Amino acid sequence: MKLVKSTIKTILILLPFYIQQPVFADDGVTNNSNKIIRLATTTSTDNSGLLAYLLPTFEQTSGYRVHIIAVGTGKALRMGRDGDADVLLVHAPAAEMKFVNAGFGEKRYPVMVNDFVLVGPLSNPANIKIDSEISYALQQIADHKSIFISRGDNSGTHKKELSLWKTKNNYHKSKAYREVGQGMGKVLQMAAELDAYTLTDRGTWLAFQAKTPLKILNEGDPKLFNPYHIIAVNPERYSNINYPGAKALISWITSNDAQTLIGQFTVNNNLLFKPSANETQLTSQLVKETGGQ
Amino acid sequence: MDDSTSITLEAIHLLFSGDTELWAIIGVSFQVSTTAILISVPPALIIAFILAYADFPGRRLLISIFNTLLAVPAVVIGLTFYLLLSRQGILGDWRLLFTQSAMVMGQAALSFPILVAMGHAAFQAIDKRAWETARTLGANRIRAFYTVMKEARFGLLAALFSAYGRIIAEVGASMMLGGNILNYTRNIPTAIALETSKGEFSQGIALGLVLIILAFTLNTFLQYFQGKGHLSN
Repeated sequence: MKLVKSTIKTILILLPFYIQQPVFADDGVTNNSNKIIRLATTTSTDNSGLLAYLLPTFEQTSGYRVHIIAVGTGKALRMGRDGDADVLLVHAPAAEMKFVNAGFGEKRYPVMVNDFVLVGPLSNPANIKIDSEISYALQQIADHKSIFISRGDNSGTHKKELSLWKTKNNYHKSKAYREVGQGMGKVLQMAAELDAYTLTDRGTWLAFQAKTPLKILNEGDPKLFNPYHIIAVNPERYSNINYPGAKALISWITSNDAQTLIGQFTVNNNLLFKPSANETQLTSQLVKETGGQ
Repeated sequence: MDDSTSITLEAIHLLFSGDTELWAIIGVSFQVSTTAILISVPPALIIAFILAYADFPGRRLLISIFNTLLAVPAVVIGLTFYLLLSRQGILGDWRLLFTQSAMVMGQAALSFPILVAMGHAAFQAIDKRAWETARTLGANRIRAFYTVMKEARFGLLAALFSAYGRIIAEVGASMMLGGNILNYTRNIPTAIALETSKGEFSQGIALGLVLIILAFTLNTFLQYFQGKGHLSN
């Protein structure tokens, strides 16, 4: 009984110190929370292993720790808008520009480019040619009423897919066009089960290639290029944003060192991303070509 | 926060303005879960009854098994049926994966142990003499079973509502087996998961409200029945 009492007493005496500790830390120079950067990004950059390959170098040289929150581009932008992230690495140019123009983010910096591919069953019921224009290939799918699985989740890939259909017709209301609202990996699984076509980013495709009966049926159209930008969340809207951290990450990822690393990154011996920080012209041209999507 | 108030208001507006997409999702939910419960109730009740009244070797083991099944997570049920129904699975030829039928199968399997375990508890609480009396008074087995069910109705209703509440609010198995296809297999929980992942919170809240209203209605209903059924003194 005495022991219990003295333990409680000790706890009560020590408690205020414990509670106050963060306050002391806040006053100090080594503020822990300022060392953490919250990076909201798309599943494609995280699932492909790029960030795990890239970020340790940044963390070692800068002393920052990066917390990766991998979600769809739509959710990432929303997190930036709500002040739940410090910096965004996303791939949906039109939505990004809207985000920046509305004052939620500071400026878009190009980081890298990869591309999308159209995959489908070996039997290829819609007779798609590998080198035809992507819009023509999609039209063939609609004409044959073949099953197409759409991400349907406002992700960068979903927005890209929507921009590629020439016309929205009855096909999009039919049962053959299926909006499933799931991640890329899940959509590839569903397409394999249902003998369906779908549009995927090359990174996820390379990771799934070995375990799926699907194959690439169309690629290479410039409209399929997929530019990634990094955006710092506007520090004027939220005071608790780690703006210096965001700036540090941006200037590092667009530096020559990081850009070289990105260019050397491979998945199953395939190069995946083309660095684009120094090719502002290329990306802005792409945005124009693909109608802002 | 000001933002969450406006999201909730927008959600209520969506709900009552007859947004077709939203109501299609609600329709899928009720259709699938009601079918699932209708399929699993009769066999579950019979098993629960046999477990409570019959005496046979392995009875206790069976009870333990059903109680254990209560704790199996929905995603595990989902994965099991996924593997069965997938192209490479034993039932792959049926081509049922990503259809409403697959969702019904998963949800029926989920509700089954709840109905059995809670049904068993309800039957057990009833005096065995109810069955014996009915039988001596000349009732056949079906008639006597009906009498016992009537005696145990509060417990059985509670089992039914718990099972229904579990499957209509369940996301893991529905997502895996149905595939969240718009206007076909997208139900309330998978839609909430999707809207949240898109950052569209008001649709998610609207659908959440439907579930809460449903839970409240079912519970009020149950209270009403049980309120009349309390012990008289």
